[in-house]
Amino acid sequence: MKVVVVGGGPAGLYLAILLRKADPGIDVTVLERNAPDATFGFGVVFSEETLGSLRDADPETHLAITDTFARWNRVDIRYRDGLLRSRGHSFSAIARKRLLELLHERCYALGAELRFGVEVDAVPEADLVVAADGANSFVRRQGDFGTVVEPEGSKYVWFGSDLVFDAFTFVFRETEHGLFNVHAYPYDEHMSTFIVECAEPVWRRAGLDSMDEDESRAFCERLFANDLRGRELFTNRSLWLDFPKVTNRVWHDGRVVLVGDAAHTAHFSIGSGTKLAMEDSIALAQGLVRRGWDVDAALVDYELERGPVVERTQAAASESAAYFRRVGSYTHLEPAQFAFNLLTRSGRITHASLSIRDPDFTRAVDSWLGGAEISPPPMFAPLELGGVRFPDRVSFALSGFVAVSPEGRITPETPTIDDWTPPGDGLVVLQLGHAGRRGACRPRFEGIDLPLRDGWPLVSASAVAYGPFSAVPAVLDGAGMTALRESFVRAARRAHELGVAVLELDLAHGYLLGSFLSPLTNPDDDPLRFPLEVVSAVRGVWPRCLAARLSVTDWHPRGNSVDDGIAISRALRDAGIDLIHVEAGQTVHDDKPEYRRGFLTALSDRLRNEARVATMVGGYLTTSDEANTIVGAGRADLCIVHLPRAPLDPEPLEPSNSLLLAGETA
Amino acid sequence: MRIGVGLPTTTPGADGALVLDWARRADAGPFSSLAVLDRVVYDSFEPFAALAAAAGVTERVRLATMIAIGPIRPPVLLAKQAASLNSLSRGRFTLGLGLGARRDDYERSGVALRGRGRKLSEQLALIRGELNGLEVLVGGGSGPAFARMARYADGYAHGGGPPRAFASAAGRAVAAWNDLGRPGQPALWGQGYFALGDVERGNDYLRDYYAFTGPFAEQIVAANLTSGRAIKDFVRGYEEAGCDELVLFPTASSLSQLERLEEALA
Repeated sequence: MKVVVVGGGPAGLYLAILLRKADPGIDVTVLERNAPDATFGFGVVFSEETLGSLRDADPETHLAITDTFARWNRVDIRYRDGLLRSRGHSFSAIARKRLLELLHERCYALGAELRFGVEVDAVPEADLVVAADGANSFVRRQGDFGTVVEPEGSKYVWFGSDLVFDAFTFVFRETEHGLFNVHAYPYDEHMSTFIVECAEPVWRRAGLDSMDEDESRAFCERLFANDLRGRELFTNRSLWLDFPKVTNRVWHDGRVVLVGDAAHTAHFSIGSGTKLAMEDSIALAQGLVRRGWDVDAALVDYELERGPVVERTQAAASESAAYFRRVGSYTHLEPAQFAFNLLTRSGRITHASLSIRDPDFTRAVDSWLGGAEISPPPMFAPLELGGVRFPDRVSFALSGFVAVSPEGRITPETPTIDDWTPPGDGLVVLQLGHAGRRGACRPRFEGIDLPLRDGWPLVSASAVAYGPFSAVPAVLDGAGMTALRESFVRAARRAHELGVAVLELDLAHGYLLGSFLSPLTNPDDDPLRFPLEVVSAVRGVWPRCLAARLSVTDWHPRGNSVDDGIAISRALRDAGIDLIHVEAGQTVHDDKPEYRRGFLTALSDRLRNEARVATMVGGYLTTSDEANTIVGAGRADLCIVHLPRAPLDPEPLEPSNSLLLAGETA
Repeated sequence: MRIGVGLPTTTPGADGALVLDWARRADAGPFSSLAVLDRVVYDSFEPFAALAAAAGVTERVRLATMIAIGPIRPPVLLAKQAASLNSLSRGRFTLGLGLGARRDDYERSGVALRGRGRKLSEQLALIRGELNGLEVLVGGGSGPAFARMARYADGYAHGGGPPRAFASAAGRAVAAWNDLGRPGQPALWGQGYFALGDVERGNDYLRDYYAFTGPFAEQIVAANLTSGRAIKDFVRGYEEAGCDELVLFPTASSLSQLERLEEALA
């Protein structure tokens, strides 16, 4: 059997090693375009779990690599004027050049053929062709893999430095152009990798778009002189780049298979690229051995095994890339919260998992939020908002939709402010709204937006029906607006008499006030005018915490984007709104929602940190860990948690012979 | 979790007699439902006709489309078919609807692919508005599909895959259900393929049936449940993932497949 590997990076070389090791009868050739001693980039980073799989796959390589490893278990965060440290993270790194040398030696020892300086211009003939030729793979472009390449994250550039850091070090530095940040880590006893990153507009404002390699090196060296303690930065094709996110619908086409960056990339900020690449090689080699060198079967196994792992890692990497793109909006956060937000950015570390890795760190976050040296986790921190004291971040009662008037009901079952009574004890959030064109529907257990056969007349910002068979609403005219505003004011007064703590105005989901906010449903040039009028009028009579429920985005190409939602939130805050209840979509019937666990959290994060307004978020959060992580990281102030049925509620056991047993003991 | 079984309506060589024998045997066995796939441009039975025949020879099992391609059918006629089938089976019919995955099914039916999502929403709104008490499921993996499900259906019909994929889709279904403000929980239906004996014939059928997905077909073949052990693991995985009804579809046209499945589940 003949295997040709195109690309002599870690994935390709490691595969050659594993194949030759598994069966010396396999003819393995690696084709590399560059010379053996040419290498780009500085150090590569691994996490501990990779090392285990390398040890199992080939102990010799593992031993050689780990012998030269730089290792550390700390993350240092240089933010504002201080240094914050988190422990318990296991990292190791190696010079990329050294790693390749070790892999070359092992390839030679096992009899794999390495050919350097070979530019591949056609897919080679072989029983198996392995495309290990990187994110811009030539071989991949010759086949049909459903490839998508799109940039993610910010602008970044790789340098080396002769300052040997003793931890994974993040540096955040404010400049007159905006925020710059650094990812730095040691990779041997002499050198560190030093990656500088900033948002694209910052990069332009700083003039980096017109600097050459040495000018940008000098710029970065000056900017981070303190952090470098007078040491230097070194270049090696150190150009500012956009990170290409590579995905492929399938990873093999006939006898050609993709591994490493050719198959998938993961943003450098989670340091998983080399790990994923070498794990690919392990899975592919194992598949071939397990399937007795049946290539078709092995390639299916390989893809089935690696697909889910890679998908999860890429999702985390994209979260991390997006975090660094918007990190400039987090610099108002106090150091403890900023650091916790940074560590939990990709979703892979949570409050609970960090409590195990680094209990002192989460204790410090808890204590900062709770205000006492020993404090409970973030969701138990009290909150003062709009003159209301929330005892914690999760236990409040949402009323559900309460209509300001009978014609504002969603279904005949919807309570109106005149027949609603607050539920028992606790802090109540009264959710007040007018259904608009989504009114006069059948009960919700039957379905949503199913019109009643004989409903009441509807009103909206424009005369367009909501969904199939929905009635066409009348346009709310001037007199109607006045009446509606007064009905909200009247309802607010009533709520005050009832002792409600928090009043929430429903401006979301295409209900009447929400229909004014979106260009999809309101042609007016000043869509905020009327909703703000209502908010101001209610603010005038409502002395306590006033919230607005808002669809931050319409999830529709011609509707409000998240940026629009942020602008609307600022306007609402300025009109006296204390809290935004974050929702998305449902402005129109045919939107394109993105449902997944915690799907509203990212929106809440942006709103809270860019519009600087307190937020409440749901979006199907089911664990206290999610709430602790969200509140601790400053992604929201209040969380709506859906608790599943408690597993400790006893279920009745089947009838047993307990009487007999009781008799025996007696 | 309940377990249902697919009728052999798309497997090569299945005839009317086998479909009826299979339905009778399933009705007498441990299965809670009999389900059918839907394909226009493939040698297969029309799903509503097959289920109507099954209704006549069964007393107990639910009869489900898993799923039928909605937009290629005229909405009013579809509603009438569903109502008739539900009545003929004395309330045992579950209507699963989706967009389907094949372009040629639309082309052959003379229905434009464009606008199919809107058509499905209109059908669902019509059926939901007109037919009382008919259980409706919606399939699909996109955000709009989950919203459609939560708005109009009683549950979600997953398209198949390992338990982990089902769990992820089920999480999105429940998130959509909450987002739309539906009370309670959606019913969650899953599905898988099996071949107990005759494995190569089963695999060849899957390769052919899913040829339009390209190399992905091999992944579907690899997931075919070909041993009692694989079926037990799959069932356990789906149960843990919160599935309410798991339908196992045959890949070979032989009554012995059903017998072996009963043994594997015993």
